[in-house]
Amino acid sequence: MGEAAKTVLFEIERRNSTDEDSYWEKFELPYKMNMNVISALMEIRRNPVNMDGEKTTPVNWDMNCLEEVCGACSMVINGKARQSCTALVDQLEQPIRLQPMKTFPVVRDLVIDRSRMFDSLKKVKAWVPIDGTHDLGDGPRMPERKRQWAYELSKCMTCGVCLEACPNVNDKSDFIGAAPLSQVRLMNAHPTGAMNRDARLNAIMGEGGLAGCGNSQNCVESCPKGIPLTTSIAALNRDTTVQMFRNFFGSDRMVD
Amino acid sequence: MDNREFLMRRLHSLLGIIPIGLFLTQHLIVNHFATQGVEAFNAASHFMANLPFVIFLEIFVIYLPLMYHAFYGLYIAFTSKNNPGHYSYLRNMLFVAQRYTGVFLVVFIAWHVFETRFQVAIGAAAEADFSMMENILSNPFMLAFYIVGVLAAVFHFSNGIWSFLVTWGITQSEAAQRNATYFTLLVFIVLSIIGIRALFAFV
Repeated sequence: MGEAAKTVLFEIERRNSTDEDSYWEKFELPYKMNMNVISALMEIRRNPVNMDGEKTTPVNWDMNCLEEVCGACSMVINGKARQSCTALVDQLEQPIRLQPMKTFPVVRDLVIDRSRMFDSLKKVKAWVPIDGTHDLGDGPRMPERKRQWAYELSKCMTCGVCLEACPNVNDKSDFIGAAPLSQVRLMNAHPTGAMNRDARLNAIMGEGGLAGCGNSQNCVESCPKGIPLTTSIAALNRDTTVQMFRNFFGSDRMVD
Repeated sequence: MDNREFLMRRLHSLLGIIPIGLFLTQHLIVNHFATQGVEAFNAASHFMANLPFVIFLEIFVIYLPLMYHAFYGLYIAFTSKNNPGHYSYLRNMLFVAQRYTGVFLVVFIAWHVFETRFQVAIGAAAEADFSMMENILSNPFMLAFYIVGVLAAVFHFSNGIWSFLVTWGITQSEAAQRNATYFTLLVFIVLSIIGIRALFAFV
């Protein structure tokens, strides 16, 4: 069309390792139709030259599925945590500012270590125990409507966006955040998982558990999968209220 | 104990409504007698100050719950990392406001108690009556301080009802929580009118 070559501006918060201070580096890339943040990062990797024309190290980032189901490429884009694979350049204000999700330890540049989320899943026993010494046969059936509802909760990809958006998940608190809590509701809804429901409820009543929620509801606003996180938290609040009274006053039925 | 934090947060949530929220409502309603004149206010104030076992009522219904709520609340407020800039959703704004009003109220209530009840306790004033408040509020800065204090208290209480309902698992669904928002907005408006009308009755 005879226009001057269109470009895209990026500002990236970088660091070489966890303990080093961060610095900002700017990049100007040729515009391509339908480009997203990942394709831009790939372009920088192909030609790592910053806006001052200096050759620099390629920017490190994490990615895997490229279709917003794995959660690996989460980062803070223009101030909000989201997946970079679905962040379309055409829909972003420029300069596009990329930052790592600093709620987690930053490994390098935009790469973070999400181990704490996986540790939390262990802490809250987010699985259905079925192992035994002999065949236990079929488990109880799950009503179809409940299965459809539970499927929504199972979409969580442990991406960490809800933790990054949460004001109560930070280095001053040990709150585990919304994602692992929602998994407790999912596992407790499962007919076989429900057989250990009290163990999970008692786990989230422990340190860093459910009580750390301050109801800012950023998690549900930010969740890329639209999981009803705050409803799950409120439902768990009700379940733990009952569990609390059971633990204190005693009950002949500890599980359900 | 492993679940100490859980129990302390639940206690914090409960005490904010019972008894502190109920006391706040009662306090604002008794203050409203000021709109009916000096006599009416003094009679009401005299009645409240001379309830049987008043010192025990004050200790167990006001001082102890309020101090627990205030000091544990400060801890909660200072362990959050507020982010209203990038995540400017309504609930997050209210989350931040709940923490700011909470911290302000610790200062306001400490000053308010020192200026009124404490002066009576040390014998510097005979009774917390109409003229005492008239004196305090004749200073325009104090009037502004009290207006902000009453609004902050009413906001903190109203928004606190909302989070109490979530914390105890009473409102779960999005719709239930939205209705609770409307209800607590109504509480905020009604108690604000009562509180502010009372303040201006002293001016």
